[in-house]
Amino acid sequence: MLANKRMLALGTGAVAVAMTVTACSSGAVQSGNGSTGGAGGAVTLKVATVNNGQMKDMEKLKTEYESANPGVTVNFQVMEEGDLRAAVTADVASGAGQYDIVTIGAYETPQWGANGWLVDLTPDLQADSSYDVNDLLPPVRDVNSYDGKLFAVPFYGESSILMYNKEVMDKAGVTIPQNPTWQQVADAAKKVNTADMAGICMRGKPGWGDLFAPLTTVVQTFGGNWYDSNWKATVDTPEWKEAVGFYKKMLDESGEKDPVSYSFNECLTALKEGKAAMWADASVAASMLEAADSPVKGKMGYAHMPVDKTKESGWLWSWNLAIPTSTKQKDAALKFVKWATSKDYIKLVGNKIGWSNVPPGSRTSTYSIPEYKEAAKAYAPITLDVMSSVNPKQPGVNPQPWVGIQYVSIPEFQDVGNQCAQLVADYLANRGTIDDALSKCQSVAQAAGDKHKK
Amino acid sequence: MNGSSTTTRSSRSARGALTTLVTWVLVLLFFFPVFWMVLNGFKPESLASSVDPTFIFKPVTEGYQLAMDRGMAGYLQNSLTAAVIATIISVVLAIPAAYALSIRRVNNVENSLSFFISTRFMPLAAIVLPLFMILKTVGLLDNIYMLAVVYGAMNLPVTVWMMRSFFLEVPFEIIEAARVDGAGMFREIVRIVLPLVLPGVAAAALISFIFAWNEYFLALLLTSSSARTTPPFLGSFVDGRGQFLAVLSAAATIAALPVIIAGWAAQKQLVRGLSMGAIK
Repeated sequence: MLANKRMLALGTGAVAVAMTVTACSSGAVQSGNGSTGGAGGAVTLKVATVNNGQMKDMEKLKTEYESANPGVTVNFQVMEEGDLRAAVTADVASGAGQYDIVTIGAYETPQWGANGWLVDLTPDLQADSSYDVNDLLPPVRDVNSYDGKLFAVPFYGESSILMYNKEVMDKAGVTIPQNPTWQQVADAAKKVNTADMAGICMRGKPGWGDLFAPLTTVVQTFGGNWYDSNWKATVDTPEWKEAVGFYKKMLDESGEKDPVSYSFNECLTALKEGKAAMWADASVAASMLEAADSPVKGKMGYAHMPVDKTKESGWLWSWNLAIPTSTKQKDAALKFVKWATSKDYIKLVGNKIGWSNVPPGSRTSTYSIPEYKEAAKAYAPITLDVMSSVNPKQPGVNPQPWVGIQYVSIPEFQDVGNQCAQLVADYLANRGTIDDALSKCQSVAQAAGDKHKK
Repeated sequence: MNGSSTTTRSSRSARGALTTLVTWVLVLLFFFPVFWMVLNGFKPESLASSVDPTFIFKPVTEGYQLAMDRGMAGYLQNSLTAAVIATIISVVLAIPAAYALSIRRVNNVENSLSFFISTRFMPLAAIVLPLFMILKTVGLLDNIYMLAVVYGAMNLPVTVWMMRSFFLEVPFEIIEAARVDGAGMFREIVRIVLPLVLPGVAAAALISFIFAWNEYFLALLLTSSSARTTPPFLGSFVDGRGQFLAVLSAAATIAALPVIIAGWAAQKQLVRGLSMGAIK
């Protein structure tokens, strides 16, 4: 009995100690920075962001903002894209309020805006003439709006373009037009393909953001799409079969070996090392191919994304800053978001870090800055041209019930895209047939589409 | 007779050589990814992601510099706090539990053991949402001590199971002798049983430490900035639009060091400990 009492007392004591320790906790990373602010009106903004070059530059430049705004501290939590999606979705959807500013893709913005998870930025941005909201590239504004309201502002935007090694093309006597067709590109790839150099490098790695980023645009220009206007899945159509069959034939004849291992970074390396002659992918790749340490700097040519039945076939992606409705520091967050996406910030990056590091694809005025035009002359004009020409409201031949190009802005699409990408990758790797892949993908896509039928 | 013995001896030595060769091949296979990680950490970014593998190059420390500049020390400190507290919690609670399940047996030992391990049957993805909501309600998200308690609880079933198998190895005669000499339960555990199973406790503690040190999923979702640990920090180097292999390898090498050092230091105890429960 006495022993039991002792054990009970010991247990209660242990729980009390644990609770005291827990209540007095403080971490080692960015210690002492609670987001609710501290003494003397100090404000700490927590920013969840993606690990890309532009965001890393912003983290470096945050001290400029902090010194211009005494009492404000900005803490960046950089994450890998998939981790960011998981962590930020859990936080924003539950209203946990761990982050004051979140980085989200164009895929999320309209969905989260519709769910009421994000602060509507329209009135504040329109009221501030110095911000010049109309300077944001119109297609990028479209993909970040829902019901006419802007829920996120871009700090980085991209489309897709065709990149080719001019020296290789010249040697083979091949000319790439400024607006090529896919057939012209496939023919050119075949001509320059050798045992040491693939004619073209294209993504084949399974994943909705990997293989299906370029492949969806190929399907769309061949006349297909994921859904019709009534959310009926249209994957088992002749247009899909023609597009996917074309993609595989081109890769089989003149693509990289083992395409299912290739995505953006692998193709970038292949182009730089002279293992591939052409590549159709994100426009930001051009700035990497033209970087000072790139072996192919000055040797590259750039053209619009190849087409078949449409006039343009570039995709449209942007990384954006948004403010969750769960934040307790909306005004401070808004002030930082405006600073980080302003015309002045772009100039600050140019002056402090370098003009070739300026965030592309967000503002039209960026492309009129003389220093940027000079630093990015090889790829800036085509990037602006393509980004201004694409139509996210109807990228394919037929109308679609969502806004977006290389993705469908419904929550189920990540899963649909991932499952279908695996099936198509199996076909690319000769582990399955096209009919089987498309028929299974049709069922998966239809199950998701049924949830959105009206 | 002599000839046949020579044949047997040479066939034995051939078998021995083959076993040694296979062992070396397996060791090299397991070790190569670690070696490649360390090597990549000292390469410039373009060389680390090159299609052609390079073994000879001029080493650079840019990757290590960049990892440390991004505040890796703070993440390591958080990982250490979470892993040490979690290990203490799981070991301190597992010792009496294992004692009650092996030496001073409670009723329904089998059911209790099944219950313990069944708490690990549910995938983490299934428990993370309710856990997230509870922690949000009580205001304990992004708290390193909370993470340590969660890890301690998570590791407890495995630690109890391991400890129990070590406790079963203790000869009952020794315990009986202690009891005859008038040792109480507490004295029996601390003075008699624990010294005998110390290598086993060390092995269980190290495994608990490693689990907590390497945990990624919960650390990503239950922390946001001040309590974030090393594994999600390592993940943050992955860049969809640029090369990152050198800096990631450098950071991963630093992150692996504490566990390697702990394992090395406890090597002798570990070998004894890991083989203890296996002897029946």
